[in-house]
Amino acid sequence: MEEPRVKKRVRIGDIRKQTSCCASSVEMEQEPLFYQESSCCPPKKAPETSASNFVPPIVQTVSTDWLIDDYLGQIRCRVSSYRNSYIVTPGLYAVGRPDNGSDVFASANYKLSFDILRSSLKGMNAWVIVLDTKGINVWCAAGKRTFGTDELIRRISDAHLDKVVSHKRIILPQLGAPGIAAHVVSKKTGFRVYYGPVHAKDIPAYIASGYNATKEMRTVRFTWLDRLVLTPMEMIPALKKFPVYALFVLLIFGLQPSGIFFREAAVNGWPFLLLGLLSVFSGAFLTPLSLPFVPSRAFAVKGWIVGFIFVLLAQGILRITDKSLLAFIYLFFPLLSSYIALQFTGSTAFTGMSGVKKELRYALPVYKAAAAISFLLLVISRLGQWGIL
Amino acid sequence: MRYLSNVTTLEFFPEKCTGCFRCIEVCPHQVFIMNGKKAAIDDRDLCMECGACMINCAFGAISVNAGVGCASAIINGMITGGEPSCDCSSGSTSSCC
Repeated sequence: MEEPRVKKRVRIGDIRKQTSCCASSVEMEQEPLFYQESSCCPPKKAPETSASNFVPPIVQTVSTDWLIDDYLGQIRCRVSSYRNSYIVTPGLYAVGRPDNGSDVFASANYKLSFDILRSSLKGMNAWVIVLDTKGINVWCAAGKRTFGTDELIRRISDAHLDKVVSHKRIILPQLGAPGIAAHVVSKKTGFRVYYGPVHAKDIPAYIASGYNATKEMRTVRFTWLDRLVLTPMEMIPALKKFPVYALFVLLIFGLQPSGIFFREAAVNGWPFLLLGLLSVFSGAFLTPLSLPFVPSRAFAVKGWIVGFIFVLLAQGILRITDKSLLAFIYLFFPLLSSYIALQFTGSTAFTGMSGVKKELRYALPVYKAAAAISFLLLVISRLGQWGIL
Repeated sequence: MRYLSNVTTLEFFPEKCTGCFRCIEVCPHQVFIMNGKKAAIDDRDLCMECGACMINCAFGAISVNAGVGCASAIINGMITGGEPSCDCSSGSTSSCC
């Protein structure tokens, strides 16, 4: 677990708030209670504190600049499962030298989300309240309701936000909205939820215009760059399964009536290893990248089209003559690309559950049947080679 | 970019709408517009069923079967027989109690 880089640690109170998953103070309507250094359930209740002698919790001040570690961390998150453990401790943070009039921004405890927010607050004095989203970014966490109403209410009361600031504004990223019932937050905490822009970079403009986001700031786009940064995490999981596929291919092509021959396996199998790699590249990289230009709205069809073009081009070089193998490559590899491309629906900013379900209803039976027929074609081809058929 | 047409489960009940503007504010694809004093659906097919409008409507004027539009999540759901759920957050659940 990595802590956000702490520029300095400002001690503005002497009670260290220790959050715990059981210390549910969500329903707090009266004066907040302190759970001092409580470990786990049941929380120990400390004496009530009145507004006059309120001592705010210790707040870490974070920089708005990224260091080399932050850049490297971002890259590692884009290409590996490192992102699953890239987290910051939930709670209240300070940017600059905020006071009781400063704005409050909410974020997720995925460090990259937090980093992007803090770097967008350059030159500002603000509070940042980090929700425990289990290390998931705002939008995905909102979909899972971990960036959610209850968690926000709990963090607001845990941080004694009503004592930290004198206003009643809390600014949330717009993409946190699927998890938050703003009217419930307002009823339970008194804080009014302001949905900020989709992108943190628009925050200065949003603040300058008196908390108004333009239509552009409110709309999610999915540019080629947005798509490009997502492709490594499409390709790497697919490539991790590649050795299993490669072993299977080499086994099939190395298999002779008299045993397994490595030379046979390599000589006859390599075109199919190449086609496999091309299909991964087609489904996980080229289809996502060329999404707006490939015909059809269905991802399964898009992936099939790009995959089919790859097989056509590859056949121009490979010149496979065996009829069964020819049928195999045109059946199997475009559908492999199609299946991989369909997985990208989980990463896009515009596909909905009902649409994906509809695609799967049609595509899954096709994939299953094609897999069975493909295997059969391979067997027929091998039997033909051995002179059995 | 658009996804499949006529698939979204989004429904809007204008009689319950008070014109508070929240749905217009939270929708990441500008599905809603203001039509006089009430909201209205402008482009239904742009809906990605994130559910932001529904949960933020204090008056119950919007219903949508919100969920993740992710093939592997839905396949996971089919295998386990439960709701579609992605594996993106597995292994990071809190341990306490």
